[in-house]
Formats: sequence, structure tokens, C-alpha cells
Amino acid sequence: MARSHTAPAAALFPGLISIELTVNGAKVKLDIAPWTTLLDALRDRMGLMGTKKGCDHGQCGACTVLVDGRRVNSCLTLAVMKDGAEVITVEGLATDGVLHPVQQAFIDHDAFQCGYCTPGQICSAIGLIAEGKAKTPDDIRELMSGNICRCAAYPNIVAAIQQAMDAS
Amino acid sequence: MNNFQYSRATDVADALSQIASDASAKFIAGGTNLVDLMKYDVEHPSRLIDISHLPLTKIEETTAGGLRIGALVPNSDLAWHPLVTERYPLLSSALLAGASAQLRNMASTGGNLLQRTRCLYFYDVATPCNKREPGSGCPAKEGINRINAILGTSDACIATHPSDMCVALAALDAEVHVAGPNGERTIALVDFHRLPGDTPQRDTNLDPKEIITAIELPPQGFSKHYTYLKIRDRLSYAFALVSVAAALRMDNGTTRDARLALGGVAHKPWRNPEAEAALNGQAANTDTFARAADIVLHEAKGFGRNTFKIDLARRTIIRALTQAMNGTPQSQSSKKIA
Ligand SMILES: Cc1cc2nc3c(=O)[nH]c(=O)nc-3n(C[C@H](O)[C@H](O)[C@H](O)COP(=O)(O)OP(=O)(O)OC[C@H]3O[C@@H](n4cnc5c(N)ncnc54)[C@H](O)[C@@H]3O)c2cc1C
Ligand code: SF4
Ligand code: FES
Ligand code: FES
Repeated sequence: MARSHTAPAAALFPGLISIELTVNGAKVKLDIAPWTTLLDALRDRMGLMGTKKGCDHGQCGACTVLVDGRRVNSCLTLAVMKDGAEVITVEGLATDGVLHPVQQAFIDHDAFQCGYCTPGQICSAIGLIAEGKAKTPDDIRELMSGNICRCAAYPNIVAAIQQAMDAS
Repeated sequence: MNNFQYSRATDVADALSQIASDASAKFIAGGTNLVDLMKYDVEHPSRLIDISHLPLTKIEETTAGGLRIGALVPNSDLAWHPLVTERYPLLSSALLAGASAQLRNMASTGGNLLQRTRCLYFYDVATPCNKREPGSGCPAKEGINRINAILGTSDACIATHPSDMCVALAALDAEVHVAGPNGERTIALVDFHRLPGDTPQRDTNLDPKEIITAIELPPQGFSKHYTYLKIRDRLSYAFALVSVAAALRMDNGTTRDARLALGGVAHKPWRNPEAEAALNGQAANTDTFARAADIVLHEAKGFGRNTFKIDLARRTIIRALTQAMNGTPQSQSSKKIA
């Protein structure tokens, strides 16, 4: 969870900007430097380490989260620009200890090896299913191409997403 | 990333007055190019003026029968919009050939136009580069230039413009609407980006004090005979080595109106009116397509590692025109080239 502030840091450091995000359903207030990415805000300020930093340049998808329901690369997103937004990370997917169907499908299909890309893959897959454009395995492959898996678990990732898509 | 000030623009007039008051401020929309370049210290603005909340997000039909696309429409929304998929499928296809689903959700129409080159030396601040530091030199000419240009190059710079969207917009004769301190003006997309000449630091004819407000498409969308064929080192999530937007109006096997624009080969989306004129009124077949390709490429010049692009472009043009003629546009999902 977010570290609590006793004094508003934005008042002490004029460069900081006060923002409020809803992260995994909880309101989070942050005084933040404008150059802080959403990824760094999640990991360093809110302690949400599920979202991974792979390349930090939009090239791997490990940092994918859902902002207002859309999948985005949090490493290229400045947190200040998302003041007021709703953010969902991999930590916010399970409800009452029950895994999200996409999380379950990744387990059912053994859709990972080291797991580093997995939070990004899962958030991206949830975004893909919500977009409703993928109909075929080719479509899934193409529309998931923004998520690199260094372990090359791709066939199982496609199968997992297919299962979750069919069930949704 | 350098430290910078941040402010939100409340409307277009406010955005213009903010940018006018600080010569090293920049607008930020989706941030997918600018934040990346700031992380490499290629860009270091004193202030970012956030225009992402401005109400430039509509896609509307114009009275002329065309389409007006707000500068802040995300690339994904534009690609999947029913008016675009039905009437301008070439544009939709080009957008879906670019970047990734996440990036397209973030990237804006205006930002896509202004994305900067992917030349490796431009990105590497440890090396000289005339575009980044005018007068410092162009190591790409003798260096790693696989992705660099073969047409319209200059002694100073051989960079390409990396956008896919702009190649389709060039073929479709789109116009760019901009607002600035002296009011509004319209720039034809084919005149929007510049050739490097001896001022490679300037990518476009947009003034730094101006803002893009919209893109306008004329009524003719070439929805029957078109393709966007993008050739790259990976099948997905890679910039074009060569891409071709081809659009034809056909009449009984004869080409009536041909549009041919190339990406990945020049500092701007490349159109050649002579090549298009050579197709018009002629039977559509491999011979006439090859002649058009020869016209486009007769002044092409390679720099060693990118010389293969001349032959690749020739074959891609012929293949793309054939796909357009047959009404079998390249799928951006199944990667088999028809
Ligand atoms: C890993 C990766 C892969 C990619 N692959 C592709 C690809 O295959 N094909 C492709 O075409 N693109 C690709 N892209 C590039 C992507 O399409 C661009 O980064 C994106 O379109 C830029 O839009 P933006 O809104 O994020 O721009 P920003 O980063 O916000 O801005 C870019 C520039 O435009 C200026 N600007 C933005 N909006 C306006 C406006 N309305 N008026 C005036 N100035 C403005 C900004 O000041 C800035 O200088 C890729 C990017 C990444 C990171
Ligand atoms: S080609 Fe242009 S961008 Fe690349 S190094 Fe030369 S001057 Fe710089
Ligand atoms: S860490 Fe964001 S895309 Fe790689
Ligand atoms: S499981 Fe290791 S990178 Fe994907």
C-alpha cells in the first residue's frame, strides 16, 4: 500500500505535484515529481512490485497495466498525467483469493517459465479480451506482440488466452 | 530524464500561450516518443505542457464527405473506428501494422506525425548526429545504416521517418490542421514532413509554436483496392525496412487513379507523382507495376548496409500494387504475404 505522508511533501518541495489515483480499487494520494513514471510510482512509491521493469522504453510489455480499463506501458506513462485515473495492476486482479480467469488460465496452461513477463502478459491479455478484436490465434499472437517473453512460453500463452477468451 | 516543469493546458488557446512563453517547452500527448527520448537525454525540455486532456478526440464526417480526426484520437481508436475500417481501411491497416496494442492505446494522431527518427546514432548521445546536434556529423552514412534512407537523402542526414500511419495518410492525400499564434492553417500531409537538406534538425514544417488540432481526409478512401505491405526484420512490433501503401481506383482492369506511398525509405512518406501518372490509364499488371517501381527508384542511393532496400522496395511496390489490384489487402494478423 501507499506510504502515508504526515506533511504534504508538495508544499515542502515546490517541484512536486499532488495527484490522486485509484489503484486496485483504493484511493492513493501522492506528491510526485513530474518525471516519475507510473511504473516507478507503482513500484517505488506504492510498493507494488508485481508490475515489472524490463526495458523501460516501451519495447517489452513487462510494465503493462490497465489505466481506465485500457492496457498501456506504464514505463512511458508519466504519473502526473494520469491524475484521477483508475489503475489496475496484477495485484488487483484476484477477488477474495480467487484468481482472475486469465491468471487461472496461465496456470492451467503453464504459460510461463521464469515469470518475469507474466504480470504484463496477464494485464495485456485482459486488455485484449476487453477490446474484443481478437478472433483467431493469429489475432491473439499479433495483438499480444507488445509483450515479449524471453523464455518463449508463447504457444502456452496463446492457449491460455484462448481459454480465457472462450470462457468470457 | 532531466528535471522539468509540468503544466496542463486547459484549451487550445491556453496551450498556445503556454508554448509561446517558453522556448524550450514541449507539448506532450501520449508520451510514447517524447518520454522515451527524454530517457535517452535526446530531448530535454524545460517544461512539458500536457495537452492530453484537450477535447481534440472526435472523429467526425466533414461536409465535403471526408473525415476529420482530432489530434488526440488514440491510434487504436482510430484504427478500429467503423468509419475508418469501412471507408479508409488503408489507414486502419497501416495503424495496426505499427507499434503494439499498448502503444497504440497511448499514441495520439498528432504525436504519431511528429515522432522522430529511429536512426541509431540519433538515439545515442555519445555519437555525433547532425539531426540532434547540427554540424556534428552523420556517422550513419558509413556506419550501421540498415534502417536508413535510400531516397531524398542529403550529405547531412540519411534518416527515415518511421511512421506507418503517415504513409497511409500520404497516399490518401490527407491534410493537417494546425493552430498557432497567427491563427489556423492547413498543411498537405505530403508537405508536412521535410527532406533533410542541410537542416536535418527540422523534421517538419510545423512551427514549434504551433499545435496540430486535426487531420482531414478527403472523401475518396480507396476501400476496394488497397493494401499496406510492411516488410521488417520481425513480423510484428518492429519498424519498417520498407513499407508500401498502395491504393487504386480500377475500371475493368485499367488503373484510373493510383496512389503509391513508401515508408522506411526517406525522411518523409515518399510519393512520386510521375510513377502514379505512369500507372493511370494503363492496364493494371506486373509490367506496368514494375515500370512504376523503376520510376520511384531510379534515383535511389544505398549506403552499404541499406543498399538491399532498393531491390526490396522494388519488389514490395510490385507486390503491393498486385495485392491492391486483386482486392486482397495484406492481413496484419496472418503474416503470409498474398
Ligand atoms: C517500442 C516502440 C515501437 C514502435 N513501433 C512503431 C511502428 O512500428 N510504427 C509506427 O508508426 N510507430 C511506432 N512507434 C512510435 C509511435 O507510433 C509513436 O511514439 C507515437 O505515435 C507518438 O505519439 P504520442 O502521442 O505518444 O506522442 P508524444 O510522445 O506525446 O509526442 C511526440 C512529439 O509530438 C509533439 N506533439 C504531440 N502532439 C502534438 C500536437 N497535437 N501538436 C503539436 N505537437 C505535438 C510532442 O511535443 C513531441 O515532440 C513505436 C514506439 C515504440 C516506443
Ligand atoms: S542519418 Fe540523420 S539522424 Fe542519423 S546520424 Fe545521420 S544526421 Fe543523425
Ligand atoms: S518496461 Fe515498459 S515496455 Fe519494457
Ligand atoms: S516467462 Fe520468462 S520471460 Fe516470459
